[in-house]
Amino acid sequence: MSVLLEVSGVRKAFGGVVANDDVSIEVTAGAIVGLIGPNGSGKTTLFNSIVGYHPIDAGSIRFEGRELSRLRVPEIARLGLVRTFQQTRVYGEMSALSNMLISIPAARAGFASMFAGFARETVERAEALLEFVGLAEKRHLLAGDLSFGQQKLLELAMALMAEPRLLLLDEPTAGINPTLINGVIERLRRANAEMGVTLLVIEHNMRVMMGLAQRIYCLAHGQLLAQGTPAEIMNDARVIDAYLGAH
Amino acid sequence: MSPRARTAALCGAILAVALAAPWIAPAIVVQMAFLWLMILFALTWDVCGGQMGYNSFGNVVFFGIGMYVCAVIQRDAGLGYFTAVFAGMGAGAVACTAFAALLGPAMLGLRGPYFAIGTLGLGVAAADLAAATEYIGAGSGMAPPVYPGGAGSARFYYYVLMALAMLAWLVLRWLYSRRFGLAVNAIRDDEDKAEAMGLHTTRYKAVAWCVAAFFLGLAGGPTGNLVGFIDPRELAFAGPTFGVWMVLMAMLGGRGTIWGPVIGAAIFHVTQELFWTYLLGWQRVAMGLLIVLIVLFFPKGVMGWLAERWPRRFARGAVR
Repeated sequence: MSVLLEVSGVRKAFGGVVANDDVSIEVTAGAIVGLIGPNGSGKTTLFNSIVGYHPIDAGSIRFEGRELSRLRVPEIARLGLVRTFQQTRVYGEMSALSNMLISIPAARAGFASMFAGFARETVERAEALLEFVGLAEKRHLLAGDLSFGQQKLLELAMALMAEPRLLLLDEPTAGINPTLINGVIERLRRANAEMGVTLLVIEHNMRVMMGLAQRIYCLAHGQLLAQGTPAEIMNDARVIDAYLGAH
Repeated sequence: MSPRARTAALCGAILAVALAAPWIAPAIVVQMAFLWLMILFALTWDVCGGQMGYNSFGNVVFFGIGMYVCAVIQRDAGLGYFTAVFAGMGAGAVACTAFAALLGPAMLGLRGPYFAIGTLGLGVAAADLAAATEYIGAGSGMAPPVYPGGAGSARFYYYVLMALAMLAWLVLRWLYSRRFGLAVNAIRDDEDKAEAMGLHTTRYKAVAWCVAAFFLGLAGGPTGNLVGFIDPRELAFAGPTFGVWMVLMAMLGGRGTIWGPVIGAAIFHVTQELFWTYLLGWQRVAMGLLIVLIVLFFPKGVMGWLAERWPRRFARGAVR
């Protein structure tokens, strides 16, 4: 399998706080890769570095062999690298369907497309994806009026609408009703298997991670602590120490 | 009646009244012409201010540039009266659009209050520049050529401004139904998200401002001719009046809607004319009070109020 995303030796400091230090991870095409670590271990900082939210101090980030660290957020997104947010972000004053329609891939959008209408296939695809996340009946509601969990699902559908090569999910099940979590995992798996979307997932919920990821990286204090299969990570004494405190 | 037929009937009725108005009430043609200008002001302000969430206090700059460009062409190009007016309007619109395209990417990189303050500075600077430039009459202003035959001038410019306001409404309604509409709404709701989704935000923002600039540039020329005298601070770059009114009218009617600015401009303009007629001496106090009342009790405007009372019919995102 070819390497889709290659992060090597990334360092990012905010003033005196080193959020990421010499972090290297690899995501192969078609995989589901997990990123875990205690609060404040630098997971979201790494995500933000990858999607161009802030410049990195050292190291390199390559997507399909192309250096990302000098590109701006929308340019990176247009390469097919889409992220969702930990604090869910949708367009609150627009209907769920409108949220979907504006999320079509921007890479192919030329100047004239600004004044284009919406093709029947686009609307059908948007409705199919809303169906996929179970929001078909809410499609005419304002996104801001949906519950937090529903907004999270809408955000996932929007990300899929953008046809990403690599989808970065920041805690996709946080704040979601436990009975719905299995549904989210199931949908992520199907997006990976049926739509060919590679996933890089930050998650605190170990049970979710064990059932979803094929490979896991664990961060602690901004550094890479361990990597391996879910079983290896779960039995790694350093990981357990990092989460529960060493003694 | 289907919603479409209802809108068509309403538009037809408005058109009929608008066409007949100068003949029914010839005494107030100038005021009615200004009503159309106010509607155009509110509509064009709402492109950025309402639909996109970028509150501009400097859009009046485009209006002033359009007015001066038109007046200069009427003065210097050596064309016939009507040819010069229309050529001047066209040139004004082109100049304003170009100016907005040039300035847009930089100005629209500012967000929230910074953008508002930046545009405010633009308006103030333009007024002072115009008042110091001899070529366009400096502080003593400019007088456009006299309308041939004298009478009928007000009626002619009434129709020009009416046509422009209606054209702006139609073009904006079309634009909002396209991808453009959803994109500027997305920028209003969460620009960071829009960027993270790969949207060409800078491009959309610049085009939105250019659209506003284009129509304001067109409207400058006829207004200068209607009034008959171009004062840089009182008319062309009248930030404290026109510049602020644009914002208020759109707010009063309901920003981010296609009818809101029209309704807001109508209510505001009529109220204002009544204040001038019946409260002379106190008209500015009354105006100030009205502004406070609008902000306090109608923050979402008439359309917002309607949407709360009858969500099924007026709410954004309601089934169309």
